[in-house]
Amino acid sequence: MITDIVIVVAAALLVGVYVSWRAGRIDRMHARVEMARTALDVTLLRRSSVAMELATSGLLDPATGLLLAAAVHGTRGGDRPRDLAESDLTRALRAAFSQPGFRTSLSGKEGADELLAEVEAAAHQVFLARKFYNDMVAATREARGRPLARLLRLSGKASAPEFFEMDDSLVAEKSSAPLGR
Amino acid sequence: MKIGITCPYSWDVPGGVQQHIRDLAEALIDEGHEVSVISPADDDTPLPPYVVGAGRAVPVPYNGSVARLSFGFLSVSRVRRWIRDGGFDVLHVHEPEIPSLSLLACWVASGPIVATVHTAIPRSRILLVTYPVVRTGMEKINGRIAVSEAARTTLVEHIGGDAVVIPNGVATRRYRKADPLPGWPGPGGAIGFLGRLDEPRKGLPVLLKAFEILGPQRPGLRLLIAGPAADPEEVLHRLPAGLRDRVVLLGQVSEDDKIRVLHSVDVFCSPNTGGESFGIVTAEAMAAGVPIMASDIDAFRQVLRGGEAGELFATGDAADLARAAARLLDDPARRARLSAAALAAVADYDWSVVARAVFSVYETVVLGSTQVAVTASGSDFPQDGLA
Repeated sequence: MITDIVIVVAAALLVGVYVSWRAGRIDRMHARVEMARTALDVTLLRRSSVAMELATSGLLDPATGLLLAAAVHGTRGGDRPRDLAESDLTRALRAAFSQPGFRTSLSGKEGADELLAEVEAAAHQVFLARKFYNDMVAATREARGRPLARLLRLSGKASAPEFFEMDDSLVAEKSSAPLGR
Repeated sequence: MKIGITCPYSWDVPGGVQQHIRDLAEALIDEGHEVSVISPADDDTPLPPYVVGAGRAVPVPYNGSVARLSFGFLSVSRVRRWIRDGGFDVLHVHEPEIPSLSLLACWVASGPIVATVHTAIPRSRILLVTYPVVRTGMEKINGRIAVSEAARTTLVEHIGGDAVVIPNGVATRRYRKADPLPGWPGPGGAIGFLGRLDEPRKGLPVLLKAFEILGPQRPGLRLLIAGPAADPEEVLHRLPAGLRDRVVLLGQVSEDDKIRVLHSVDVFCSPNTGGESFGIVTAEAMAAGVPIMASDIDAFRQVLRGGEAGELFATGDAADLARAAARLLDDPARRARLSAAALAAVADYDWSVVARAVFSVYETVVLGSTQVAVTASGSDFPQDGLA
């Protein structure tokens, strides 16, 4: 009799510990998604500010400069959704960088090499940050979708994190170049 | 005079700016001027003799949509070479606020520059952000032209300075002759309409209401309607079932077919209820010599010389429209008189007249000025050898 009670209580405790561990894990995952999102936002901001620096540097012809400046403006709270505006900036940068002889035309100008390297580094960081963020989102959504988590509503009130999809490649690829001929 | 004109958009893509430049250039050439136009164009596009291709335009996102533009240092060197070889007395740039050839031409050129602004853009912060990039080029412009009052307002508010308004012309010669569509206008008579079907201010509902009155009285009468609509079927369903097969919807038509539509009807109707500043479609119908009935709004009263060159009816009044249509359909002599009067009146809006107005702007800016030349601006860009 006593042993039965002990077994039941122990089992209930074990289940409780397990459930609260699962809930804690989902909670931690949400927190990590938040951090990854902040990192992604920081890299996007950094990319748009170095792109603006390049646009207004006087190194480029004014048409290319205007294209970049307009694309940067679009990422700063316009009416266009964020993902589309950021993709537009990628495409504008790609159009500028993929001109034949683009680098040669700038080499030797003061500060040009550094600025181009900075833009490329910033763009690459966006690529990395977005990859990490989407990985976290995928893992979190998977954990939230498990039957136990759904049954006991372990994710609480937190809404499911969304993937951030955008064109972030400075190199034109055939599959990801909707602007190509 | 030697005139250099820059076009920001690809020559092979149809568009209002390209058409404006083509009509202006041809009208100036007719007046005996030497004109060279530089424009982005695909390499295999056949170009008129006065157009110099500046290479293929690159599709790139701009202002929320994808535009085909020419930018970059290769375009700079092509424009520079064109200016240096051209020896122009005046440089006429179109849409210099667009990141393309016109902006580049302003940047590399010195001497008399005239700019035409076509677009009216709603007030936005974008110009504040981007203006520093284009300032050097913009400040060199000596005279500005806006094609509409709205475009002028945009320019004054965003960039400062002022502009003279010179509206688009009508290439009247192009409208004079065309073959009617097969089977039109037909023995029972036909009335034509051009414009967006589902834009209420274009007034199609007024014409359809009038057709409900006219249709039963005249069993052979038909309507020929050309223009885009989100849901064309919905337009037909407003009519009684018996009349529907006498209304022909062509949808959006090409420039050439538009002219054929105008030659396919006995009477052309402009039932607009407002919102027109000039009424380009009405002027084109006048150039085709088709008798016109139009609502009595300011724009139409002006272009139709107070009713002398076309029948005016009370705006938005279907019964009055039906009466006007009946009068015209039953009186071939009156139709012929109106047609002749319309052809005479529309000559005021012909491109040759517009080109002379533009030319007087050229004459003003070249006073006391030298030829157009290439400046040091951007001289640290690679020269033609690299291009």
